[in-house]
Amino acid sequence: MTQTLRPATAPAPARTLRARVLWLGIAAGVLALVIAASLALGARDVPLAVVLESLTTPVPGDNDHQVVLQQRLPRTLVGLLVGAALGVAGALMQGITRNPLADPGLLGVNAGASLFVVLAISILGVTAPAGYIWFAFAGGALATVVVYGVAALGRGGATPVKLALAGMAITAGATSLLTLVLLTNTTALSTYRFWAVGSLAGRGAGGTADTIAALAPFLLVGGLLAFACTRWLNLLAMGDELARGLGVNVARARGLSMLAAVLLAGSATAIAGPIAFVGLVVPHLIRPLTGPDYRWILSFALVLGPALLVAADVIGRLIAQPGELEAGLVVALLGAPVMIAIVRRAKVSGL
Amino acid sequence: MTSDVHPRTDGRGTSAADPPADRPRTRASGSTNAGTVRRSDTPSQPDVSADPAARAPAQRAGHDLRAEGLSLAYEARQVIADLDLHLPRAAITAIVGANGCGKSTLLRGLARLLRPTGGGVLLDGRSISTLPARELARTIGILPQGPQAPEGITVAELVRRGRYPHRSWFQPWDRSDDAAVAEALTATGIVDLAGRRVDELSGGQRQRVWIAMALAQEPDVLLLDEPTTFLDVTHQLEILDLLLELNRERGATVVMVLHDLNLAARYADHLVVMRAGAVHATGRPDQVLTEEIIAEAFGLRARVVPDPVSGGPLVVPIGRFHTTPPDHDLPH
Repeated sequence: MTQTLRPATAPAPARTLRARVLWLGIAAGVLALVIAASLALGARDVPLAVVLESLTTPVPGDNDHQVVLQQRLPRTLVGLLVGAALGVAGALMQGITRNPLADPGLLGVNAGASLFVVLAISILGVTAPAGYIWFAFAGGALATVVVYGVAALGRGGATPVKLALAGMAITAGATSLLTLVLLTNTTALSTYRFWAVGSLAGRGAGGTADTIAALAPFLLVGGLLAFACTRWLNLLAMGDELARGLGVNVARARGLSMLAAVLLAGSATAIAGPIAFVGLVVPHLIRPLTGPDYRWILSFALVLGPALLVAADVIGRLIAQPGELEAGLVVALLGAPVMIAIVRRAKVSGL
Repeated sequence: MTSDVHPRTDGRGTSAADPPADRPRTRASGSTNAGTVRRSDTPSQPDVSADPAARAPAQRAGHDLRAEGLSLAYEARQVIADLDLHLPRAAITAIVGANGCGKSTLLRGLARLLRPTGGGVLLDGRSISTLPARELARTIGILPQGPQAPEGITVAELVRRGRYPHRSWFQPWDRSDDAAVAEALTATGIVDLAGRRVDELSGGQRQRVWIAMALAQEPDVLLLDEPTTFLDVTHQLEILDLLLELNRERGATVVMVLHDLNLAARYADHLVVMRAGAVHATGRPDQVLTEEIIAEAFGLRARVVPDPVSGGPLVVPIGRFHTTPPDHDLPH
């Protein structure tokens, strides 16, 4: 066999590095366009030159500059962070559960966060949106911990199927508790409605910057951890037994991946409220471009997640003038047909 | 049943510990059963085994794998209790037995996919449960049943994942990894498929890809759970020929669970017959595959005749509706 051996010439895969970098560049270009649109478009359109001017040499009294700097820049930043966090968290969740329909909501993050926010409103009387973030974050984290704990019981530990089932069960339980509280407390209902819709617009004056600053460490740690977990996710994708046979500590790999996902999804939910579909759709948009390597999927999610969410926010501002439609609603409206197109075009199963 | 053909005829740690220099299929005599007389003049031997020199690297790279008092259970259900087994180094061992007898469970225990409830598995005298996971993975590779290829993955990408135990945060991919991947692709004959998507391949090609991934891992002991399941007979032989070649040319210790007794007899140096979670018999195929042991382990009436190709034992099941003609009755 040695005579036919050709060492150090592992043939290049069909998807070359160049193609992936090229696609990533295109995705980054799309994101740049979306960001420009988000800063320029809205109830009052601002020319791009003025947008640039406001960023480089802001004039305090200028109306256009005010709009860009105080309204559009913060919500664009929120959109970037939340979109990236949700996109990466969604890819993580799909990898952890080997389930193409998984999204950050599947493991109970949204339900837990919503329940805690409602409890904070109705029992503790918290009304300022800035006060919700820690409840939302804690609720999302706690729900995920419970889901993981339930799934880890019994034979085989936290297998993908058990995680998904436990997530559904906890989500159902938390949602029914939530409904119970809301039915008996109409003030809580009216406050909660606005949180639950999912929006990039500031949660109270000056609140956005504080919220982001408070959650930035979690987003950073979650993001770094997510990328650290990609090698394991690549191996877990081939089945737990094969991964274990290759020397992966499966429980630790899955636990740390979940920690990363909950840090990202919990922070995103705390900042913007529950936003569906970004985490679900973004990985499906990416896979045809990159193949199943999670190092690339996560890199793309970091770009395409924000692009999708910020684009949804811009569209929401444009189609409902003079008012606006929340990004969370637009993304769901956009996401449904996109998802249907994906399902029709290719089989999405078999992660 | 007569006790002289009963379990563990070779005893552990004795003859089975040495690489079987004389292949069962080449033996002309020594059978305890007149019905399984060997034919040594078979012309169609694979040339790899005909040449004793081909076995030289086998002795070099041997690892000693044994189970001592091994008990394995799923939850409360005990599958294997107090099992002792020695796997001959640098040989091909086939584990056979009826469905549910614990073959796959034993294999999973040997690869540390299951934590023993008692006893343990020793690799070169050290308990595998104390070894770091990646260190163990550099010595023992396992190909479980029905591994899943992520959708859209290419052959080269999949095989590269076998390098995980050789990499760490501080050791990025290097030339030795490229070389190992290239060698694995070459050894399994799939160099030309490297850029293809795994989900476009046939079942036989796909199984080669998985074996290539396990080879890229560069284990000295390769455990395979029914590597020929779902393959047609041509591809079954192709895969087993490949494993034989790996064993003869690289000295890899191969341990596989097989369903087909005749393929097991043909390709294994050493056979482990399991029954109800215990080792029922071990030894060379011609020692072990007797009509009595087949009846005990499988509850199957069968004739054992010489395999016209290899000269080894060939199991011919009888079934309910066929009887052996009187003139072909069991030899005595």
